[in-house]
Amino acid sequence: MRDYKLNQDRAPIYEALKKYKSNRIVSFDVPGHKQGKGNHELTEFLGKDCLSVDVNSMKPLDNLCHPVSVIKEAEELAADAFGANHAFFMTNGTSSAVQAMVMSCCKSGEKIIMPRNVHRSAINALIVSGAVPVYVNPGVNKHLGIPLGMAVDDVKRAIELHSDAKAVLVNNPTYYGVCSNLVEIVEIAHKAGMKVLVDEAHGTHFYFGKNLPVSAMSAGADMAAVSMHKTGGSLTQSSFLLCGKNINEGYVRQIINLTQTTSSSYLLLSSLDISRRNLALRGKEIFETVVGLADYAREEINKIGGFYAFSKELIDKEAFYDFDTTKLSIYTRDMGLAGIEVYDILRDEYDIQIEFGDIGNILAIISVGDRSREIERLIAAMSEIKRRYSKDSSGMFDHEYINPHIVFSPQEAFYADKISLPIMETEHKICGEFVMCYPPGIPILAPGERITKETLDYIIYAKEKGCVLTGTEDMNIEYINVVAEL
Amino acid sequence: MDLWFTEEHTENVRFSIKVDKQICHLNSPYQRIDIFESPEFGRFLTLDGCIMVTENDEFMYHEMIVHVPMAVNPEIKNVLVIGAGDGGTVRELTRYDGIESIDMVEIDEEVVKVCKKYLPTIAGKLDDERVNIFYEDGLKFVRSKTNEYDLVIVDSTDPYGPGEGLFTKEFYGNCYKALKDDGILVNQHENPYYKIYSDTMIKTHKNIGSLFEIAKVYQFNLPTYPSGNWLFGFASKKYDPVLNLDADKWNSLDIKTRYYNTDIHKAAFALPNYVIDALDSSMRN
Repeated sequence: MRDYKLNQDRAPIYEALKKYKSNRIVSFDVPGHKQGKGNHELTEFLGKDCLSVDVNSMKPLDNLCHPVSVIKEAEELAADAFGANHAFFMTNGTSSAVQAMVMSCCKSGEKIIMPRNVHRSAINALIVSGAVPVYVNPGVNKHLGIPLGMAVDDVKRAIELHSDAKAVLVNNPTYYGVCSNLVEIVEIAHKAGMKVLVDEAHGTHFYFGKNLPVSAMSAGADMAAVSMHKTGGSLTQSSFLLCGKNINEGYVRQIINLTQTTSSSYLLLSSLDISRRNLALRGKEIFETVVGLADYAREEINKIGGFYAFSKELIDKEAFYDFDTTKLSIYTRDMGLAGIEVYDILRDEYDIQIEFGDIGNILAIISVGDRSREIERLIAAMSEIKRRYSKDSSGMFDHEYINPHIVFSPQEAFYADKISLPIMETEHKICGEFVMCYPPGIPILAPGERITKETLDYIIYAKEKGCVLTGTEDMNIEYINVVAEL
Repeated sequence: MDLWFTEEHTENVRFSIKVDKQICHLNSPYQRIDIFESPEFGRFLTLDGCIMVTENDEFMYHEMIVHVPMAVNPEIKNVLVIGAGDGGTVRELTRYDGIESIDMVEIDEEVVKVCKKYLPTIAGKLDDERVNIFYEDGLKFVRSKTNEYDLVIVDSTDPYGPGEGLFTKEFYGNCYKALKDDGILVNQHENPYYKIYSDTMIKTHKNIGSLFEIAKVYQFNLPTYPSGNWLFGFASKKYDPVLNLDADKWNSLDIKTRYYNTDIHKAAFALPNYVIDALDSSMRN
């Protein structure tokens, strides 16, 4: 474990809220529920303790837009815990952290190198900022049908071809747990004068666990968006934005303040503060347990036969450079079942909710809150699914990654004049919006991309199998907005 | 001195037993374990503050969980018992000479230890040579078994805490797989009266009914369990518990019982209308 410079026992926001509570302040400020007194039903549901600290910024509690006291101290502790130069508390989700990274480094018309299998929040950032993506084809594991990380050679080629790009965005780990060679990507990007931004939404634990893939900050990346709420135990929607040494903290704060709420929730802020303390003090043991549970589940699920819970054996030192062993990703297609079908059966028949299912795989998140008791239930249910539902696997769709043909930048396409067409009449048109399964939220089509027959077949198949499609203006996903061409 | 043990049967109902003294208290890795001595029920075991077994009324529970399936198929040879750390179920099983092997899977070794030490009339047969005790998660144990047992008895605690996994559909499905073609599953099925228990009763019946060809529920009395009225489930791939009752054969075995007899056997499957309605509703949803 890294030695910390500061006393990680402290949790300044939490401490200030405790003090605020004990002072029994009379409030003539917002929020109007006044410690819950004005909303009995909500207080009964969420609890009095919770409502009593749902408060507004005030001198003893600091202000997230311009922190000078307890939030500033909490940010310093977080930066110390994550080995960053600076850490921002984010209350608009990790999406806002990803957007702040892109907008801090790229202005309108400037290029950013990124893999296509990013979360929609990254492409949203391009629509807002006007930055232009240079997509690096992520490697694909043909058998599993999943996109991987970026191979160093591919990044190198993109950097050479687009030497005017401002930044490289790396998705690390991917939703499935696949990691890229971050250290080398940072090295070649920095040599070319580009910043490295890491969407580390699924990698909080890399900063605290042992024998896990390298974290963005220790690889020397410039910025990282870390979803503390995903695997670190804080409340949903709370997140950290980490900055390395060559980033102007003041400018980043200005960018964040363009879009972040001015009424940041102290429930979210204190949850970040307390979770950071917990992981700094106990993270090593916690994630050792998590990896142990995930490894055990993989071993047992692979013993059932037919399912494939993959891990480090797939490492090829290129697009599959490393693997996050806390992720329980399971390939289901040899059982004759699409991932989304297994996902639905687990929920509907066995009361087990997993993170997502796609065409060929499911993903179960194992994190700080898991116990072996629940892992046993998952394994037992998987063995039952084999017994009761497995079928012939021929004729199953086996294509996942579709190489995009980009005609316009996301911003140009999103704001262009558009017409709405029935989905099957959109072949060869240029897409003006997103189409994606959610989760995982990786766009099948993004604004500015040429629609192909292959893409349409994929969308229809995903719909048939029960994937939840989103992104289009049409809530039924029967029509797609395409760019009106003259 | 006025010393009482109290258990909350619901948020609004309490059940108290006057206690002479506490015999034992410890915390295992899974739960809090206590044994008390009382004038009315003799010694009794509690786990996390809930009564599991008392010396004086345990015969009702253990006779009904064992003799009902045994009277349907007196040829049963291989039995799996899940939970049942107090040993009462195993004691009743050992009364059948035809039974060759009893695998007992109990997650908490401490429960078995204290029962052997302080409740010898209940746990006394755990050392029978046909009994193999496995200290592990029942859900995990049964997952690896296929076509091995004639009878599986799920003698579990309530569906929260360490017993939680033993009320799930995946568990009952794994039991189905572990049973032979004429196998029988008997399970602890909660009580039908108080809502917090009857919700589990309904869900459990739905889960078992969706897996087994035959799934029935039977009732008996037990003074120290919530509402005093308790249920077991009887599920099988082949046998109907009443139509296939082999009363003559069972009676010829001449096993002396205090609660069970072959008339009670048939009557136990006759259920009150509100219970029938609740169980039917589980099949409709």
